[in-house]
Amino acid sequence: MSESLHDVRLTVNGVPQEAQVPARRLLSDFLRHDLRLTGTHVGCEHGVCGACTVLLDGEPVRSCLLLAVTADGHDVTTVEGLGTSQDMHPVQQAFRECHGLQCGFCTPGFLTTAAAFLVDNPAPTEDEAREAISGNLCRCTGYQNIVASVLRAAEITRERGAT
Amino acid sequence: MKPSAFAWSAPSSLDEALAVLAQVGGDGKVLAGGQSLLPMLNMRLAAPAHLVDINRLTELAPVRVEDGAVVVGALARHAAVERDQAAHGVQPLLRQALRLVAHPVIRNRGTTVGSIAHADPSGEMTAVLALTGGTVQVASASGRREVAADAFFTGPLESDLSAGELAVSATFPAFPTGSGTTFMEVARRHGDYAVCGLAAVVTIVDGVVSSARAAYVSVGPSPLVLDLTDAVAGAEPGGADWTAAGDLAGEQTDPEADIHASAAYRLHLVRVLTARAFAEAAGRAVP
Repeated sequence: MSESLHDVRLTVNGVPQEAQVPARRLLSDFLRHDLRLTGTHVGCEHGVCGACTVLLDGEPVRSCLLLAVTADGHDVTTVEGLGTSQDMHPVQQAFRECHGLQCGFCTPGFLTTAAAFLVDNPAPTEDEAREAISGNLCRCTGYQNIVASVLRAAEITRERGAT
Repeated sequence: MKPSAFAWSAPSSLDEALAVLAQVGGDGKVLAGGQSLLPMLNMRLAAPAHLVDINRLTELAPVRVEDGAVVVGALARHAAVERDQAAHGVQPLLRQALRLVAHPVIRNRGTTVGSIAHADPSGEMTAVLALTGGTVQVASASGRREVAADAFFTGPLESDLSAGELAVSATFPAFPTGSGTTFMEVARRHGDYAVCGLAAVVTIVDGVVSSARAAYVSVGPSPLVLDLTDAVAGAEPGGADWTAAGDLAGEQTDPEADIHASAAYRLHLVRVLTARAFAEAAGRAVP
């Protein structure tokens, strides 16, 4: 028996995308398998690790806990949409400067989560930064450098705004 | 770790959703935020034949204040309820509890009414509904009904909802003037399921405690509401024996052991957290 397919049209990193997928396709798999955007990483697939976090209409969400068909018509930003190696997003620059990543598996989720958090709270305290990333797991870098990176990203955003 | 196949429909109006739910009957499952349902689908703990996706029913998204109560629509995300200033003014327990519901990113997607319909024995919002004496508004193709919290939660992950029904909103009444509230829990990890938790309300009238009640999560099959006023009635809030209230709560609870905690440890948490929560709630009571 073949599964029925559904049309999904959404905008990913500013680019309109379209594909036909079964209803059970997770947004994480849609991004990675159908659109070949493998920057979004998949860890636990039940919402615990945070590696698959993307922005849905600007708000961070777990892409493994969202059906691609539910995201139809919405705007998705993945880590590929944050910046480039020539023109890094403040959180990307901060993670590089502060050694906020080691193996890099969890990093896409931390970057998207932190980027959205700093829009809501441009000058966080350390406690607020910790709370913001509390839903993301890292198994190698350690959280101290990641917290420092989030705080540094806030500084970089201000420095860029001042120039 | 991928869901099994299912049929999916995404109605664009409430009437259409109720018609689909009536048609698919017991094979149907409502998908709102999906922050509990999707993990169950991914792990294949659940395999409904038909998902009815209500994410296009924006008519169910608002959070309103009506007749001194907060009415939360079925598509209101936890984060929207948490941020809502008018709702916080009427029933501060909502925000106090929501800050303990998973993590901010999960709250961006998960819905408060979905959490109640899921009826997880550790779900914070089930205790908030129970303690406030709230109700769930239920709709189906054949009509509407309202279910009180104590009748809604029928067991672990079980509610009074029948096949073909949709919980369209939940209503959280305000507490009387002079009440202070808090939500406290102990979890192994920040944002994880509580080993034990409670919503607490203390009401002060004429400078003395007139009521002290709490609703517990993770200590029974559904939220347990206890009236512990007898232990502290008539005391000045600063000098009330909150430990006695905690001990009274311990006498009236019979938690079970699981892989996360022994029954004795849970009972200890009931006593200690009750005393702490009442002291904090009393400190917040504004005459």
